[in-house]
Amino acid sequence: MSNDLASLGLRESATYDRATIHAIQRAAETGVYDIRGWGAKRKLPHFDDLLFLGASMSRYPLEGYREKCDTDVVLGSRYAKSPLHLDIPVTIAGMSFGALSARAKEALGRGASEAGTSTTTGDGGMTPEERGQSRHLVYQYLPSRYGMNPDDLRKADAIEVVLGQGAKPGGGGMLLGQKITDRVAGMRALPVGVDQRSACRHPDWTGPDDLAIKIAELREITDWEKPIYIKVGATRTYYDVKLAVKAGADVVVVDGMQGGTAATQEVFIEHVGIPILAAIPQAVQALQELGVHREVQLIVSGGIRNGADVAKAMALGADAVAIGTAALIALGDNHPRYDAEYRALGSAAGYYDDYQEGRDPAGISTQDDELAARLDPAAGGRRLANYLRVMTMEAQTLARACGKSHLHNLEPEDLVALTIESAAMARVPLAGTSWIPGGGL
Amino acid sequence: MEALIDSVQVDLAETEVRDLNSALHSPGSKAWRVANPLGKHSIACGLDAPLTVDIDGHVGYYCAGMNQHASVTVHGNAGVGVAENMMSGTVRVHGNASQSAGATGHGGLLVIEGDASARCGISMKGIDIVVGGSIGHMSAFMGQAGRLVVCGDAGDALGDSLYEARIYVRGTVTSLGADCVEKPLRPEHLAELADLLAAAGFDHDPAEFRRYGSARQLYHFRVDNAY
Ligand SMILES: Cc1cc2nc3c(=O)[nH]c(=O)nc-3n(C[C@H](O)[C@H](O)[C@H](O)COP(=O)(O)O)c2cc1C
Repeated sequence: MSNDLASLGLRESATYDRATIHAIQRAAETGVYDIRGWGAKRKLPHFDDLLFLGASMSRYPLEGYREKCDTDVVLGSRYAKSPLHLDIPVTIAGMSFGALSARAKEALGRGASEAGTSTTTGDGGMTPEERGQSRHLVYQYLPSRYGMNPDDLRKADAIEVVLGQGAKPGGGGMLLGQKITDRVAGMRALPVGVDQRSACRHPDWTGPDDLAIKIAELREITDWEKPIYIKVGATRTYYDVKLAVKAGADVVVVDGMQGGTAATQEVFIEHVGIPILAAIPQAVQALQELGVHREVQLIVSGGIRNGADVAKAMALGADAVAIGTAALIALGDNHPRYDAEYRALGSAAGYYDDYQEGRDPAGISTQDDELAARLDPAAGGRRLANYLRVMTMEAQTLARACGKSHLHNLEPEDLVALTIESAAMARVPLAGTSWIPGGGL
Repeated sequence: MEALIDSVQVDLAETEVRDLNSALHSPGSKAWRVANPLGKHSIACGLDAPLTVDIDGHVGYYCAGMNQHASVTVHGNAGVGVAENMMSGTVRVHGNASQSAGATGHGGLLVIEGDASARCGISMKGIDIVVGGSIGHMSAFMGQAGRLVVCGDAGDALGDSLYEARIYVRGTVTSLGADCVEKPLRPEHLAELADLLAAAGFDHDPAEFRRYGSARQLYHFRVDNAY
């Protein structure tokens, strides 16, 4: 069809493409704005714009599959008595029970545990399903404090103080009424069926000096055992990371603008924050200047899809990555098997982003028991574990090619950029040149 | 000087808060008395047993944070976030409290005999808070459940974006926040108010109060959910 149109000499506007035209028409017809899930859909400078320089004359590669290339990571060694020791540096990001079904949360726990990594709660508290199935569970401490309680805090393996998310830095959360079932409402102390808002600011501290006191309180409550992470959406990353370290974080999590969400305004998702590629070098610079790179670990997220993304993020200086959207896809989200049902909802397999609706044919972003029953937590967990193993092996393949016996030994020197933008953001030279555009900070 | 003989004495001029808290987390004794709090932060937080803790002086941030079961009394003023996220038990401040008193509390009773500052009861989720004096702006912001009783006046934007928390104010309210409205004081409200005042140790006539609650106009967004 589109070929036919092209042969007629018709040209689609790059500025007013079909999605843009449709958005204007929809706004004109309805007078309301759009909320959706998923992350930024526009094209952004990303890890695909970087390439590894494999070893050759001046560097020795390691033998694929045979020679040792370790993948483990310790998170939270700065102050916590019990840091997390994970087998692989790919963790599961915080996604709330409420946004996701209890079975999906359980599947995430199963997959992560099988692969030797951690999973994370989300805005809405800790469910027994995920605690039970997660060997390493990070408990989020969010502005809303939905479901926050000291018993679960003590059950957690780490605590993540969430200041923001890449999909919506500066924004609170929302969960629409159709997903506020009895159980979700009960856990959050809300009336059933309300369109729920999650606050965008923490209720009992303001600014980094207060945050330091807050973190000390969380440590006091949990007897200084648990690692404390601070999660920020990528914006003024250099400063945010410095302040997070000053506030006493063991681990800093930086989520780029590609990062997924369960429900946010489209305008927010596409127009606030910076790509993760631009954020990592800022974060690493901040850590290095404070002399705590590797002592305060850096987890990055936002559009991590495969082992190449993992390896590149680590080469830029991250200690680990987190995945959200990709983990849901591994469970079965957007699977072609549900295409007809996606189409009945006005979407299609590969395009579905209405996580806020609660009508997910794959049974993941829903609180509807019948839909949720479509996801078998054990089978979903196995798929996720497979996917995590593949990512890890892919990252090892690239690390060995660069002669590294541990993923952590990857370094910026192993990378070049394909575009001027990505070279400037990632602070690696444009391929074939020694040119790193831009002055950094 | 009640229970002075039986209680364990801890002097924070000599002992670290960390050591005090760690002792309170696995206590051998039911009654504790803390001297020289010196405005230190996180005193007696994370308690999880029916202890009595008396603190003689002023405390810093997050005193009695996340309290469960314990009875904590501050014989002085309290800093930011006293009894934040309390689950159960009682926290009493004889003096004034700073911002975010009782923030996100799920249960229990917080009594502030003096004034409380801004954001008192912010995001409260079931806690009862009784303030003898007045409270500052943005109090009970996004309050979800529980009761906030103010014997004095309330500042600006009281109860902004309120869910189901109920607010009673005896004095004047500078302004109500978005979606917060005055509601009639029916017999069941007079009764619960009388109980709360009695529990807190105040003898005001419940009929002198006005009740505020959510108009529930913000419960549903006007947005396109399925595009
Ligand atoms: C369905 C869904 C729910 C989410 N819920 C939360 C949440 O409750 N708290 C939070 O900090 N981040 C939340 N996020 C963001 C993720 O933690 C993570 O930052 C993001 O998904 C990473 O980007 P990626 O999706 O490209 O991997 C959510 C993301 C998704 C897709």
